[in-house]
Amino acid sequence: MWQYLVDRRELIAFQAYQHVSLVVQCVALATVLAVGLAVLAYRSPRITGLANGISAIGLTIPSFALLGLLLAPFGFGITPAVVAVVFYAALPVLRNAVVGLAGVDQSLVESARGIGMSRWATLRRVELPLAWPVILAGVRVSTQMVMGIAAVAAYVLGPGLGSLIFSGLSRLGGANALNATLVGTIAMVLLALVLDVVLVLVGRLTTSKGIRV
Amino acid sequence: MSETTVQDQRTVSGVAIRLEGVTKRYPGQQKPAVDAVDLEIAAGETVMFVGPSGCGKTTLLKMLNRLIEPSGGKIFLGDEDVTGQDPDRLRRRIGYVIQAGGLFPHMTVGTNIGIVPGMLGWDKKKIAERTDELLDLVGLDPEVYRDRYPKELSGGQQQRVGVARALAADPPVLLMDEPFGAVDPITRQRLQDELLRIQEELGKTIVFVTHDFDEAVKLGDKIVVFDVGARVVQYDTPEAILAEPAEDYVADFVGAGATLKQLTLTRVADTELHTPITAQVGEDSAAVVARATEAGEQYVVVTDGRGRPVSWPSVAELSRTTSVPGTRDDRLPVVGLRSTLNDALDTMLAASQGGVVVTGRRDSVAGVLVVEQVMAAIQATRGETRG
Repeated sequence: MWQYLVDRRELIAFQAYQHVSLVVQCVALATVLAVGLAVLAYRSPRITGLANGISAIGLTIPSFALLGLLLAPFGFGITPAVVAVVFYAALPVLRNAVVGLAGVDQSLVESARGIGMSRWATLRRVELPLAWPVILAGVRVSTQMVMGIAAVAAYVLGPGLGSLIFSGLSRLGGANALNATLVGTIAMVLLALVLDVVLVLVGRLTTSKGIRV
Repeated sequence: MSETTVQDQRTVSGVAIRLEGVTKRYPGQQKPAVDAVDLEIAAGETVMFVGPSGCGKTTLLKMLNRLIEPSGGKIFLGDEDVTGQDPDRLRRRIGYVIQAGGLFPHMTVGTNIGIVPGMLGWDKKKIAERTDELLDLVGLDPEVYRDRYPKELSGGQQQRVGVARALAADPPVLLMDEPFGAVDPITRQRLQDELLRIQEELGKTIVFVTHDFDEAVKLGDKIVVFDVGARVVQYDTPEAILAEPAEDYVADFVGAGATLKQLTLTRVADTELHTPITAQVGEDSAAVVARATEAGEQYVVVTDGRGRPVSWPSVAELSRTTSVPGTRDDRLPVVGLRSTLNDALDTMLAASQGGVVVTGRRDSVAGVLVVEQVMAAIQATRGETRG
């Protein structure tokens, strides 16, 4: 396996890079979308319930099935992979963002309005910063989850370590097939750990000392 | 903000508030929560809203800064009709203090205080200066507290910062919604004293909602007693309301023990204060002891560099030291000049001491009040009410 690694280090490094890049960009996009949706939803108990329902049900859709379905409108390539990964990444963030925003002490919101902050300023300067640790926890869950889903995306010829795993699995028993699968999987787990550590650091840097526990 | 130099002439930086037929109806409710209230509040006065819960006093307060939109009527600040003004801009001209201060936990004390000036477009340097000035005003050392987070402060300190934040842009009007409801009695009394002292300096127009009649008597220039629907039952000075309650309803609300309530009406400043021997931290003990002995004093009030009391040792204790120690006595009984005799007595009892140190402007020592004088005042008022 060592020999395999050394021989293909450039290909593996490239695929790892693509994998991380896909995950990071999709999670970033998903976070923006999910927080935006949560902002629209959290004031209404009905829409909040709907949002929570969607995130719960959405997570039960098998990623393989969704990717397959996405092939019809988008064809093979990066687009269906990105759409699927963003979809799954958005769900935990949406749920946490709604919970986080709804959990902000209403007396603080009133206090903000009472000293003359506009609706938008209250959201930006009070509600979002206070909900941020909860939202970020959702981002961490998302990131871990879509590391795996991004691998499945190789099925629709998306980028990343998935192609290593799939090509290995499809010619199992052949030369280096097991090596390819193992290297792909282990690399993914390692990358997931690294990303999580990075997110913890981001959390420390972006969460006010006043609300850190 | 300019410092007042004339002590006896009260500065007024507030404006009058006038309500004309202010009404709030909620959909689906037969009776309006606030029913056509007319009220005039003079500039620079502290007016207390009291009444049972659900009487509409808080709703009325929140209509003043339009956190609740009135369904009818007009609100004037000074001569300006603000009923149709943009609420966000209106609120930046009206300080707002709620229970526990409503501080934003993710912002430092300094940032919290600087929010409104920031929204009004002040430059950073001016905001920083103003923040320090306000922390000083509410009795918190800027160097120590500016960069702390609310969770690192006690309840009373948070409330002080809440008041400082409300005063940040020097608004003419201050609205306070049961601000001292969540703190312990001793802290509450100190906060009340602070507010009286600050109001003495600034002369804002303050509207203060409370359910505690003693608090209303102590802090208010005028008291409005409300009944359901925010019906104004009586609007008068505390003295007049205590002496002549307009209806049985008010008499019930004022409660029994009206004689002792008079203790709440007498301010510490109205009694004759004893001028103690004071010593600065770090002074030569022997000299202080000599000074005290010459004046026939048993105790010495130790003050810090700004004249604020630190401790109250006996001459005997001092003579055992070489220089006056700077140890702060946390249990030191202190009341403000505008505190009531009731507070003073409470403070003495809580500290198990026969006297209290009285502080005036910026918490500097104004004198000492001893228990005998409080007793004399009780005797006097009892005599009056009997005769």
